Amino acid sequence: MNDISLREAFGRALVKAGEEREDFVVFDADVAGGTCTNFFREAFPDRFFQCGIAEQNMFSLAAGFSTMGITPVVTAYGVFAAMRAIEQARNSIAYPNFNVKIVASHLGLDTGPDGPTHQSMEDIAIYRSIANFTVLAPGDPVEMPGAVSAMLNHKGPLYMRTGRSPVPSVLGGDERFEIGKGKIVRAGTDVAIIATGVMLHRAYGAATILGEEGIDAMVVNMSSIKPIDRALIIECAEKTGAVVTAEDHNRFGGLGSAVAEILAETLPTPMRMVAIDDTFAESGEPALLAEKYGISIEDIRRMAKEVIDAKA
Amino acid sequence: MDRKKRISELRERALEIRRDILLMNHAAGSGHPGGALSSADIVACLFFDEMRHDPKRPMLDDRDRFVLSKGHSCQVLYAALAASGYFSKDEYKGLRRINSMLQGHPDRLKTPGVEFNSGSLAQGFSASLGMALGARYQGKEIRVYTVLGDGELNEGQCWEAFMFGAHYKLDNVLAIIDYNKLQSDDYNSNIMALEPLAEKLTSFGWNVLEINGHDIEEILDAFKEARHTIGVPSVIVAHTVKGKGVSFMENHPKWHGSLAPNAEELKIALGELTAELTGKSGEGEEDE
Repeated sequence: MNDISLREAFGRALVKAGEEREDFVVFDADVAGGTCTNFFREAFPDRFFQCGIAEQNMFSLAAGFSTMGITPVVTAYGVFAAMRAIEQARNSIAYPNFNVKIVASHLGLDTGPDGPTHQSMEDIAIYRSIANFTVLAPGDPVEMPGAVSAMLNHKGPLYMRTGRSPVPSVLGGDERFEIGKGKIVRAGTDVAIIATGVMLHRAYGAATILGEEGIDAMVVNMSSIKPIDRALIIECAEKTGAVVTAEDHNRFGGLGSAVAEILAETLPTPMRMVAIDDTFAESGEPALLAEKYGISIEDIRRMAKEVIDAKA
Repeated sequence: MDRKKRISELRERALEIRRDILLMNHAAGSGHPGGALSSADIVACLFFDEMRHDPKRPMLDDRDRFVLSKGHSCQVLYAALAASGYFSKDEYKGLRRINSMLQGHPDRLKTPGVEFNSGSLAQGFSASLGMALGARYQGKEIRVYTVLGDGELNEGQCWEAFMFGAHYKLDNVLAIIDYNKLQSDDYNSNIMALEPLAEKLTSFGWNVLEINGHDIEEILDAFKEARHTIGVPSVIVAHTVKGKGVSFMENHPKWHGSLAPNAEELKIALGELTAELTGKSGEGEEDE
């Protein structure tokens, strides 16, 4: 099977979920082709609501709509979902604790050629800081159907990341997705690489190379960012004594921060964060951007070696 | 019911609401009295005549929905809810205070009868359109009512919502603009000109009704006309007076908020309200 993007996996999973249950509808801000809700629109035109290029209105609309007992799945690009309409997400959706699901595509350097205006690298930090919000970032296309199902079963405000570019799958297809749980996808004892979203396959790639170099790296898929799997993070730190986090997001406030918050209070452990170094990037192919801005497989490998040196 | 009697009763309800606005505002020591007073007649007509609702069953499935989009004027909503029987007037003393059900802006999780956490302007309006769309999707025969401020219309989101309402032909929603000509700091015309407002709303595809927002008969007639307007959403531009009913508050920017009448001002204000009703209705009104 050819690699597909997380957004395409999301779009396909949404159609499948639509066939199985009638308790949700989809709201779009004229980006159905970009978020891949166009598949759902074709399959269920009566359950798809075009809101125009007006994300603020769309978020508050979804809040009101949810009071009628149907869950709106609201889709937009990351920068608009996490910034243009964030106050609506907070005051219309989170504070009243409405059952609204926000799903964003176009995140981080994975957004690629569209450039910095569309490369959302703040959304995890932003949504993580809003009370009542659950935050998910599935790691590969195989994981997406389970994530969509868990999202629809969850009661309350939820934000989920997809991704724009095709990514290889790392996970087996038979795993159950559970909000609040991470998963060890590769066992190891020298260092734990905790990754989220499109960084999962890079973490896996780095661990494979490290293995050839005699380093036994654990890889953890942390697709539930809030709530986060506190017990698993502590377990990883205990087993390996060295932690690397990997995310396609700014280094401030994202997965690395979330992991550090837990380890700082429980088990201070040498850590390195692979993330965008607080800078706006540029247009380009995602793989090349990853190399230039420090979130490539090689960066993970380098940070893993560095943190292993630091633990002694 | 006899129309004259009905109107007289609604005037008394509006008086009760205005009196309660001042009492709770005085007790809290802060709040937003001006815009609560200007919308009192409209809200009285909604809660005591127009809307289908049952205070004994606040979550009744087929109730009409009310969203006070201008959430800072929540005292008018709290007074209408308490007068309807959603909660005791004893709650007034907790307004804006810790451990109280009456927050500085409406909170649906804390206050029975509140449908939406409004206060961030324009969001209540959009949410009411979402309720109307959701109701239609679910085949519910309910109507959604929302009261907006005029200053609120500065928010671009309102105009996104006006476009949406017309596009989806949401004739089960009624928006009422409490057009008191004053916003937080000053007159609308000095902050951000709104005129020609009715023409703007018409050009956005809404059925626009323009009334005196203190005339009970005009309010009831407009509600009825909106209810019978099919295939297009309706908006009432209700011309009102900020601080209506209290001479020293009327048309005065300082009574937008965050201000409360002191004991002496409260006494004068309550006296004026009672006198106004007595003069207009020709019926005696006992002082409480």
